[in-house]
Amino acid sequence: MKFDWLWRESGRIADLFLWHLGLSVLPVLIGLLLALPLGWLAQRSGLFRSTFLGAAGLLYTIPSLALFVLLPLVLGTRILDPLNVVVALTIYALALLVRTVSDGLDSVSPDVLQAASAMGYRRLPRLLFVELPLAVPVIAAGLRVAVVSNVSIVSVAALVGTPQLGLLFTQGLQLRFLTPIIAGIVLCLLLAALLDALVLLVAHRLTPWQPKGR
Amino acid sequence: MLAWFLDPTHWSGPDGVPVLLVQHLTYSILALLIASLIAMPIGLYVGHTRKGVVVIAGLANALRSLPSLGLIVLLVILFGPVFASDLAFIVPSLIVLVLLAVPPIMTGTYAGIAAVDPAAVDAARGMGHRPLGILFGVELPCALPLIFSGLRGATLQIVSTATIAAYVSLGGLGRLIIDGRAQNDYYQMAAGAVLVGLLALGVDLLIGIVSRLSVSPGLTRRIVRARS
Repeated sequence: MKFDWLWRESGRIADLFLWHLGLSVLPVLIGLLLALPLGWLAQRSGLFRSTFLGAAGLLYTIPSLALFVLLPLVLGTRILDPLNVVVALTIYALALLVRTVSDGLDSVSPDVLQAASAMGYRRLPRLLFVELPLAVPVIAAGLRVAVVSNVSIVSVAALVGTPQLGLLFTQGLQLRFLTPIIAGIVLCLLLAALLDALVLLVAHRLTPWQPKGR
Repeated sequence: MLAWFLDPTHWSGPDGVPVLLVQHLTYSILALLIASLIAMPIGLYVGHTRKGVVVIAGLANALRSLPSLGLIVLLVILFGPVFASDLAFIVPSLIVLVLLAVPPIMTGTYAGIAAVDPAAVDAARGMGHRPLGILFGVELPCALPLIFSGLRGATLQIVSTATIAAYVSLGGLGRLIIDGRAQNDYYQMAAGAVLVGLLALGVDLLIGIVSRLSVSPGLTRRIVRARS
Protein backbone atom coordinates (compact mmCIF):
# COMPACT_ATOMS: atom_id res chain seq x y z
CA MET A 1 0.00 0.00 0.00
CA LYS A 2 1.24 3.45 -0.96
CA PHE A 3 -0.48 5.70 1.55
CA ASP A 4 1.00 8.90 0.14
CA TRP A 5 -0.78 8.08 -3.16
CA LEU A 6 -4.05 7.59 -1.29
CA TRP A 7 -3.54 10.92 0.49
CA ARG A 8 -2.80 12.76 -2.75
CA GLU A 9 -5.82 11.21 -4.47
CA SER A 10 -8.15 11.44 -1.47
CA GLY A 11 -10.26 14.20 -3.01
CA ARG A 12 -10.97 12.19 -6.16
CA ILE A 13 -11.55 9.00 -4.17
CA ALA A 14 -14.08 10.81 -1.98
CA ASP A 15 -15.83 12.00 -5.17
CA LEU A 16 -15.95 8.45 -6.53
CA PHE A 17 -17.23 7.18 -3.17
CA LEU A 18 -20.11 9.69 -3.23
CA TRP A 19 -20.96 8.68 -6.81
CA HIS A 20 -20.90 5.04 -5.76
CA LEU A 21 -23.14 5.80 -2.80
CA GLY A 22 -25.65 7.62 -4.97
CA LEU A 23 -25.65 5.00 -7.72
CA SER A 24 -26.22 2.23 -5.13
CA VAL A 25 -28.91 3.92 -3.06
CA LEU A 26 -30.98 5.83 -5.60
CA PRO A 27 -32.05 2.74 -7.63
CA VAL A 28 -33.10 0.90 -4.47
CA LEU A 29 -35.20 3.87 -3.30
CA ILE A 30 -36.90 4.25 -6.70
CA GLY A 31 -37.29 0.47 -6.90
CA LEU A 32 -38.93 0.37 -3.48
CA LEU A 33 -41.32 3.22 -4.32
CA LEU A 34 -42.42 1.37 -7.47
CA ALA A 35 -42.41 -2.02 -5.78
CA LEU A 36 -44.84 -1.06 -3.01
CA PRO A 37 -47.91 -0.62 -5.24
CA LEU A 38 -46.81 -3.36 -7.67
CA GLY A 39 -46.09 -5.79 -4.84
CA TRP A 40 -49.48 -5.05 -3.35
CA LEU A 41 -51.05 -5.73 -6.75
CA ALA A 42 -49.03 -8.93 -7.08
CA GLN A 43 -50.12 -10.14 -3.67
CA ARG A 44 -53.78 -9.64 -4.56
CA SER A 45 -53.77 -11.06 -8.06
CA GLY A 46 -52.23 -14.42 -8.83
CA LEU A 47 -52.17 -13.76 -12.57
CA PHE A 48 -50.32 -10.44 -12.26
CA ARG A 49 -47.96 -12.04 -9.78
CA SER A 50 -46.98 -14.92 -12.03
CA THR A 51 -46.63 -12.79 -15.18
CA PHE A 52 -44.75 -10.01 -13.41
CA LEU A 53 -42.42 -12.35 -11.56
CA GLY A 54 -41.82 -14.27 -14.79
CA ALA A 55 -40.91 -11.09 -16.67
CA ALA A 56 -38.83 -9.80 -13.76
CA GLY A 57 -36.95 -13.08 -13.56
CA LEU A 58 -36.17 -12.80 -17.26
CA LEU A 59 -34.78 -9.26 -16.86
CA TYR A 60 -32.87 -10.28 -13.77
CA THR A 61 -31.16 -12.97 -15.85
CA ILE A 62 -29.46 -10.45 -18.16
CA PRO A 63 -25.90 -9.70 -17.00
CA SER A 64 -25.43 -6.17 -15.68
CA LEU A 65 -22.71 -5.22 -18.17
CA ALA A 66 -25.04 -6.16 -21.05
CA LEU A 67 -27.82 -4.07 -19.54
CA PHE A 68 -25.51 -1.05 -19.10
CA VAL A 69 -24.58 -1.32 -22.78
CA LEU A 70 -28.08 -1.92 -24.14
CA LEU A 71 -29.99 0.74 -22.17
CA PRO A 72 -28.63 3.71 -24.19
CA LEU A 73 -30.26 2.06 -27.21
CA VAL A 74 -33.61 1.97 -25.41
CA LEU A 75 -33.41 5.28 -23.53
CA GLY A 76 -31.60 7.31 -26.17
CA THR A 77 -28.92 8.30 -23.63
CA ARG A 78 -25.18 8.38 -24.17
CA ILE A 79 -23.14 5.36 -23.09
CA LEU A 80 -21.39 7.33 -20.31
CA ASP A 81 -24.64 8.67 -18.85
CA PRO A 82 -25.00 7.55 -15.20
CA LEU A 83 -28.74 7.35 -15.90
CA ASN A 84 -28.11 4.01 -17.65
CA VAL A 85 -26.69 2.59 -14.43
CA VAL A 86 -29.54 3.99 -12.35
CA VAL A 87 -32.18 2.53 -14.68
CA ALA A 88 -30.44 -0.86 -14.92
CA LEU A 89 -30.09 -1.18 -11.16
CA THR A 90 -33.65 0.05 -10.62
CA ILE A 91 -34.82 -2.79 -12.84
CA TYR A 92 -32.85 -5.31 -10.75
CA ALA A 93 -34.08 -3.79 -7.48
CA LEU A 94 -37.67 -3.72 -8.71
CA ALA A 95 -37.52 -7.35 -9.83
CA LEU A 96 -36.30 -8.35 -6.38
CA LEU A 97 -38.50 -6.04 -4.30
CA VAL A 98 -41.88 -6.72 -5.90
CA ARG A 99 -41.54 -10.32 -4.80
CA THR A 100 -40.34 -9.18 -1.37
CA VAL A 101 -43.21 -6.74 -0.85
CA SER A 102 -45.79 -9.30 -1.89
CA ASP A 103 -44.19 -11.95 0.35
CA GLY A 104 -44.14 -9.41 3.19
CA LEU A 105 -47.84 -8.63 2.80
CA ASP A 106 -48.49 -12.37 2.58
CA SER A 107 -46.74 -12.85 5.92
CA VAL A 108 -49.35 -10.78 7.78
CA SER A 109 -51.66 -13.13 9.64
CA PRO A 110 -55.31 -13.16 8.50
CA ASP A 111 -56.39 -12.87 12.14
CA VAL A 112 -54.67 -9.50 12.39
CA LEU A 113 -56.41 -8.33 9.21
CA GLN A 114 -59.80 -9.41 10.55
CA ALA A 115 -59.12 -7.69 13.85
CA ALA A 116 -58.16 -4.48 12.03
CA SER A 117 -61.27 -4.62 9.88
CA ALA A 118 -63.38 -5.23 12.98
CA MET A 119 -61.84 -2.13 14.57
CA GLY A 120 -63.17 -0.13 11.64
CA TYR A 121 -60.08 0.17 9.42
CA ARG A 122 -61.06 0.67 5.81
CA ARG A 123 -59.03 -0.91 3.05
CA LEU A 124 -56.44 1.84 2.42
CA PRO A 125 -55.77 2.79 6.05
CA ARG A 126 -55.59 -0.90 6.90
CA LEU A 127 -52.96 -1.38 4.18
CA LEU A 128 -50.93 1.66 5.26
CA PHE A 129 -51.17 1.40 9.05
CA VAL A 130 -51.51 -2.34 9.67
CA GLU A 131 -50.31 -4.47 6.76
CA LEU A 132 -47.27 -2.47 5.63
CA PRO A 133 -45.78 -1.97 9.10
CA LEU A 134 -46.17 -5.68 9.80
CA ALA A 135 -44.52 -6.48 6.47
CA VAL A 136 -41.47 -4.34 7.30
CA PRO A 137 -39.19 -7.19 8.51
CA VAL A 138 -39.65 -9.18 5.27
CA ILE A 139 -39.31 -6.07 3.09
CA ALA A 140 -36.18 -5.03 5.00
CA ALA A 141 -34.62 -8.43 4.37
CA GLY A 142 -35.16 -7.92 0.62
CA LEU A 143 -33.82 -4.36 0.81
CA ARG A 144 -30.63 -5.59 2.46
CA VAL A 145 -30.00 -8.02 -0.40
CA ALA A 146 -30.81 -5.35 -3.00
CA VAL A 147 -28.61 -2.65 -1.50
CA VAL A 148 -25.62 -4.90 -0.81
CA SER A 149 -25.60 -6.53 -4.24
CA ASN A 150 -26.04 -3.09 -5.84
CA VAL A 151 -22.80 -1.87 -4.29
CA SER A 152 -21.03 -4.76 -6.00
CA ILE A 153 -22.80 -4.38 -9.35
CA VAL A 154 -22.22 -0.60 -9.55
CA SER A 155 -18.47 -1.17 -9.75
CA VAL A 156 -19.00 -3.10 -13.02
CA ALA A 157 -20.13 0.17 -14.61
CA ALA A 158 -16.46 1.20 -14.60
CA LEU A 159 -16.10 -0.91 -17.75
CA VAL A 160 -18.32 1.54 -19.63
CA GLY A 161 -16.72 4.50 -17.85
CA THR A 162 -19.35 5.76 -15.39
CA PRO A 163 -17.68 7.46 -12.41
CA GLN A 164 -17.68 5.40 -9.17
CA LEU A 165 -15.23 3.32 -7.14
CA GLY A 166 -14.90 0.75 -9.93
CA LEU A 167 -12.70 3.25 -11.77
CA LEU A 168 -10.04 2.55 -9.13
CA PHE A 169 -9.99 -1.07 -10.33
CA THR A 170 -9.54 -0.21 -14.00
CA GLN A 171 -6.94 2.40 -13.10
CA GLY A 172 -5.09 -0.11 -10.93
CA LEU A 173 -4.94 -2.67 -13.73
CA GLN A 174 -3.73 -0.13 -16.27
CA LEU A 175 -0.97 1.07 -13.95
CA ARG A 176 -0.27 -2.42 -12.52
CA PHE A 177 -0.65 -0.71 -9.17
CA LEU A 178 -2.29 -2.48 -6.22
CA THR A 179 -3.07 0.50 -3.97
CA PRO A 180 -6.15 1.83 -5.79
CA ILE A 181 -7.51 -1.71 -6.21
CA ILE A 182 -7.26 -2.55 -2.53
CA ALA A 183 -8.63 0.87 -1.58
CA GLY A 184 -11.57 0.34 -3.97
CA ILE A 185 -12.37 -3.12 -2.59
CA VAL A 186 -12.17 -1.94 1.02
CA LEU A 187 -14.36 1.09 0.33
CA CYS A 188 -16.93 -1.09 -1.49
CA LEU A 189 -17.10 -3.51 1.43
CA LEU A 190 -17.32 -0.61 3.87
CA LEU A 191 -20.11 1.02 1.91
CA ALA A 192 -22.04 -2.25 1.70
CA ALA A 193 -21.69 -2.83 5.45
CA LEU A 194 -22.73 0.75 6.16
CA LEU A 195 -25.84 0.61 3.98
CA ASP A 196 -26.75 -2.82 5.34
CA ALA A 197 -26.52 -1.48 8.91
CA LEU A 198 -28.61 1.54 7.92
CA VAL A 199 -31.41 -0.65 6.54
CA LEU A 200 -31.31 -2.76 9.71
CA LEU A 201 -31.45 0.35 11.89
CA VAL A 202 -34.38 1.88 10.04
CA ALA A 203 -36.26 -1.42 10.04
CA HIS A 204 -35.61 -1.74 13.74
CA ARG A 205 -36.95 1.75 14.39
CA LEU A 206 -40.05 1.02 12.34
CA THR A 207 -40.84 -2.21 14.21
CA PRO A 208 -40.44 -1.46 17.93
CA TRP A 209 -42.48 -4.58 18.78
CA GLN A 210 -39.86 -6.91 17.32
CA PRO A 211 -37.60 -8.73 19.81
CA LYS A 212 -34.21 -7.06 20.20
CA GLY A 213 -30.97 -8.41 18.83
CA ARG A 214 -32.04 -9.34 15.31
CA MET B 1 -26.81 -3.36 -35.27
CA LEU B 2 -28.51 -5.80 -37.60
CA ALA B 3 -25.79 -4.99 -40.09
CA TRP B 4 -23.22 -6.08 -37.54
CA PHE B 5 -24.91 -9.43 -37.13
CA LEU B 6 -25.24 -9.91 -40.90
CA ASP B 7 -21.57 -9.20 -41.57
CA PRO B 8 -20.00 -12.62 -42.19
CA THR B 9 -16.56 -11.48 -40.97
CA HIS B 10 -17.98 -11.31 -37.44
CA TRP B 11 -18.88 -14.99 -37.55
CA SER B 12 -15.55 -16.53 -38.49
CA GLY B 13 -11.92 -16.43 -37.45
CA PRO B 14 -10.36 -16.45 -33.97
CA ASP B 15 -12.46 -13.43 -32.86
CA GLY B 16 -15.68 -14.67 -34.43
CA VAL B 17 -18.87 -15.11 -32.47
CA PRO B 18 -18.77 -18.95 -32.47
CA VAL B 19 -15.25 -19.02 -31.01
CA LEU B 20 -16.13 -16.46 -28.34
CA LEU B 21 -19.32 -18.35 -27.50
CA VAL B 22 -17.44 -21.62 -27.08
CA GLN B 23 -14.86 -19.86 -24.87
CA HIS B 24 -17.58 -18.30 -22.74
CA LEU B 25 -19.31 -21.66 -22.32
CA THR B 26 -16.06 -23.51 -21.59
CA TYR B 27 -15.04 -21.15 -18.78
CA SER B 28 -18.58 -21.11 -17.41
CA ILE B 29 -19.01 -24.89 -17.36
CA LEU B 30 -15.54 -25.39 -15.87
CA ALA B 31 -16.28 -22.88 -13.10
CA LEU B 32 -19.70 -24.41 -12.43
CA LEU B 33 -18.17 -27.89 -12.16
CA ILE B 34 -15.44 -26.84 -9.75
CA ALA B 35 -17.88 -24.79 -7.68
CA SER B 36 -20.33 -27.72 -7.48
CA LEU B 37 -17.57 -30.11 -6.44
CA ILE B 38 -16.69 -27.77 -3.58
CA ALA B 39 -20.14 -26.52 -2.58
CA MET B 40 -22.35 -29.60 -2.83
CA PRO B 41 -20.51 -31.84 -0.35
CA ILE B 42 -20.42 -28.95 2.13
CA GLY B 43 -24.12 -28.22 1.56
CA LEU B 44 -25.00 -31.91 1.95
CA TYR B 45 -22.96 -32.18 5.14
CA VAL B 46 -24.36 -29.02 6.70
CA GLY B 47 -27.92 -29.87 5.66
CA HIS B 48 -27.65 -33.42 6.97
CA THR B 49 -25.95 -32.65 10.27
CA ARG B 50 -27.15 -29.02 10.75
CA LYS B 51 -23.61 -28.12 11.78
CA GLY B 52 -22.12 -24.85 10.58
CA VAL B 53 -25.34 -23.22 9.36
CA VAL B 54 -24.32 -19.82 10.72
CA VAL B 55 -20.92 -20.03 9.03
CA ILE B 56 -22.21 -20.74 5.53
CA ALA B 57 -25.01 -18.15 5.82
CA GLY B 58 -22.50 -15.52 6.95
CA LEU B 59 -20.09 -16.49 4.19
CA ALA B 60 -22.81 -16.22 1.54
CA ASN B 61 -23.78 -12.75 2.77
CA ALA B 62 -20.23 -11.49 2.99
CA LEU B 63 -19.41 -12.65 -0.54
CA ARG B 64 -22.42 -10.85 -1.96
CA SER B 65 -20.90 -7.44 -1.31
CA LEU B 66 -17.48 -8.33 -2.69
CA PRO B 67 -16.96 -6.36 -5.92
CA SER B 68 -16.14 -9.06 -8.48
CA LEU B 69 -14.36 -6.69 -10.85
CA GLY B 70 -12.04 -5.53 -8.09
CA LEU B 71 -11.28 -9.08 -7.05
CA ILE B 72 -10.45 -10.19 -10.59
CA VAL B 73 -8.16 -7.22 -11.16
CA LEU B 74 -6.47 -7.77 -7.80
CA LEU B 75 -5.78 -11.45 -8.50
CA VAL B 76 -4.56 -10.75 -12.02
CA ILE B 77 -1.92 -8.34 -10.73
CA LEU B 78 -0.94 -10.66 -7.87
CA PHE B 79 -0.78 -13.80 -10.06
CA GLY B 80 0.58 -12.10 -13.16
CA PRO B 81 4.24 -12.72 -12.37
CA VAL B 82 3.57 -16.26 -11.05
CA PHE B 83 2.04 -17.84 -14.14
CA ALA B 84 3.32 -17.79 -17.65
CA SER B 85 1.21 -17.02 -20.73
CA ASP B 86 -2.58 -17.12 -20.71
CA LEU B 87 -2.83 -18.77 -17.30
CA ALA B 88 -1.98 -15.39 -15.76
CA PHE B 89 -5.53 -14.20 -16.35
CA ILE B 90 -7.39 -17.52 -16.75
CA VAL B 91 -6.55 -18.77 -13.25
CA PRO B 92 -7.55 -15.53 -11.44
CA SER B 93 -10.77 -15.31 -13.46
CA LEU B 94 -11.67 -18.92 -12.70
CA ILE B 95 -10.96 -18.43 -8.99
CA VAL B 96 -13.34 -15.48 -8.86
CA LEU B 97 -16.02 -17.29 -10.89
CA VAL B 98 -15.82 -20.28 -8.54
CA LEU B 99 -15.83 -18.04 -5.48
CA LEU B 100 -19.02 -16.32 -6.63
CA ALA B 101 -20.74 -19.58 -7.59
CA VAL B 102 -20.01 -21.50 -4.38
CA PRO B 103 -22.38 -19.62 -2.01
CA PRO B 104 -25.60 -20.04 -4.03
CA ILE B 105 -24.93 -23.75 -4.64
CA MET B 106 -23.97 -24.30 -1.02
CA THR B 107 -26.99 -22.53 0.45
CA GLY B 108 -29.32 -24.12 -2.12
CA THR B 109 -28.08 -27.62 -1.27
CA TYR B 110 -28.17 -26.93 2.45
CA ALA B 111 -31.66 -25.41 2.36
CA GLY B 112 -32.92 -28.24 0.18
CA ILE B 113 -31.66 -30.96 2.50
CA ALA B 114 -32.80 -29.10 5.61
CA ALA B 115 -36.31 -28.66 4.23
CA VAL B 116 -36.91 -32.36 3.51
CA ASP B 117 -40.00 -33.62 5.32
CA PRO B 118 -38.75 -35.40 8.48
CA ALA B 119 -41.56 -37.95 8.05
CA ALA B 120 -39.99 -39.08 4.77
CA VAL B 121 -36.60 -39.47 6.46
CA ASP B 122 -38.15 -41.40 9.36
CA ALA B 123 -40.04 -43.65 6.96
CA ALA B 124 -36.80 -44.43 5.09
CA ARG B 125 -35.04 -45.17 8.37
CA GLY B 126 -37.94 -47.41 9.39
CA MET B 127 -37.57 -49.31 6.12
CA GLY B 128 -33.99 -50.08 7.07
CA HIS B 129 -32.07 -47.54 4.96
CA ARG B 130 -28.60 -46.71 6.24
CA PRO B 131 -27.58 -43.04 6.80
CA LEU B 132 -25.82 -42.74 3.43
CA GLY B 133 -28.75 -44.49 1.76
CA ILE B 134 -31.10 -41.97 3.32
CA LEU B 135 -28.90 -39.07 2.21
CA PHE B 136 -28.59 -40.15 -1.43
CA GLY B 137 -31.83 -42.08 -1.83
CA VAL B 138 -34.27 -39.83 0.00
CA GLU B 139 -32.89 -36.46 1.06
CA LEU B 140 -30.98 -35.64 -2.13
CA PRO B 141 -33.87 -36.37 -4.53
CA CYS B 142 -36.27 -34.42 -2.30
CA ALA B 143 -33.84 -31.50 -2.17
CA LEU B 144 -33.35 -31.33 -5.96
CA PRO B 145 -35.71 -28.38 -6.62
CA LEU B 146 -33.79 -26.11 -4.24
CA ILE B 147 -30.43 -27.48 -5.39
CA PHE B 148 -31.37 -26.57 -8.95
CA SER B 149 -32.42 -23.10 -7.93
CA GLY B 150 -29.01 -22.69 -6.30
CA LEU B 151 -27.29 -23.96 -9.45
CA ARG B 152 -29.36 -21.53 -11.47
CA GLY B 153 -28.30 -18.56 -9.38
CA ALA B 154 -24.69 -19.70 -9.57
CA THR B 155 -24.81 -20.10 -13.35
CA LEU B 156 -26.21 -16.61 -13.83
CA GLN B 157 -23.45 -15.21 -11.63
CA ILE B 158 -20.84 -17.10 -13.63
CA VAL B 159 -22.08 -16.09 -17.08
CA SER B 160 -22.39 -12.50 -15.93
CA THR B 161 -18.97 -12.35 -14.29
CA ALA B 162 -17.28 -14.17 -17.18
CA THR B 163 -18.46 -11.21 -19.29
CA ILE B 164 -16.67 -8.84 -16.95
CA ALA B 165 -13.54 -11.00 -16.94
CA ALA B 166 -13.07 -10.18 -20.62
CA TYR B 167 -11.62 -6.93 -19.28
CA VAL B 168 -8.53 -8.78 -18.07
CA SER B 169 -8.16 -10.47 -21.50
CA LEU B 170 -10.22 -13.56 -20.73
CA GLY B 171 -11.97 -14.63 -23.94
CA GLY B 172 -15.70 -15.02 -24.31
CA LEU B 173 -18.51 -12.79 -25.48
CA GLY B 174 -17.49 -10.02 -23.07
CA ARG B 175 -14.62 -9.35 -25.52
CA LEU B 176 -17.08 -7.76 -27.96
CA ILE B 177 -18.25 -5.31 -25.29
CA ILE B 178 -14.77 -4.48 -23.96
CA ASP B 179 -13.12 -4.21 -27.38
CA GLY B 180 -16.08 -2.27 -28.72
CA ARG B 181 -15.68 0.20 -25.85
CA ALA B 182 -11.96 0.54 -26.57
CA GLN B 183 -12.58 1.15 -30.27
CA ASN B 184 -15.62 3.36 -29.71
CA ASP B 185 -17.69 0.92 -31.76
CA TYR B 186 -21.09 1.05 -30.10
CA TYR B 187 -22.68 -1.46 -32.46
CA GLN B 188 -20.15 -4.11 -31.58
CA MET B 189 -20.77 -3.43 -27.86
CA ALA B 190 -24.52 -3.67 -28.34
CA ALA B 191 -24.18 -6.86 -30.37
CA GLY B 192 -22.02 -8.34 -27.61
CA ALA B 193 -24.56 -7.32 -24.99
CA VAL B 194 -27.40 -8.90 -26.95
CA LEU B 195 -25.42 -12.13 -27.37
CA VAL B 196 -24.51 -12.22 -23.67
CA GLY B 197 -28.14 -11.61 -22.73
CA LEU B 198 -29.32 -14.36 -25.07
CA LEU B 199 -26.68 -16.75 -23.71
CA ALA B 200 -27.80 -16.08 -20.14
CA LEU B 201 -31.46 -16.58 -21.02
CA GLY B 202 -30.66 -19.75 -22.97
CA VAL B 203 -28.58 -21.26 -20.17
CA ASP B 204 -31.28 -20.32 -17.65
CA LEU B 205 -33.90 -22.03 -19.81
CA LEU B 206 -31.72 -25.13 -20.17
CA ILE B 207 -31.31 -25.46 -16.40
CA GLY B 208 -35.07 -25.05 -16.02
CA ILE B 209 -35.66 -27.92 -18.47
CA VAL B 210 -33.05 -30.19 -16.86
CA SER B 211 -34.53 -29.50 -13.43
CA ARG B 212 -38.04 -30.26 -14.71
CA LEU B 213 -36.86 -33.57 -16.16
CA SER B 214 -34.82 -34.70 -13.18
CA VAL B 215 -37.02 -33.70 -10.26
CA SER B 216 -39.28 -36.57 -9.27
CA PRO B 217 -42.87 -35.89 -10.39
CA GLY B 218 -44.02 -36.80 -6.88
CA LEU B 219 -42.36 -33.64 -5.56
CA THR B 220 -44.06 -31.28 -7.96
CA ARG B 221 -47.79 -30.84 -8.15
CA ARG B 222 -47.83 -31.97 -11.76
CA ILE B 223 -49.31 -35.43 -11.14
CA VAL B 224 -52.01 -34.11 -8.86
CA ARG B 225 -52.90 -31.45 -11.38
CA ALA B 226 -53.05 -33.96 -14.20
CA ARG B 227 -55.38 -36.20 -12.23
CA SER B 228 -57.85 -33.56 -11.13
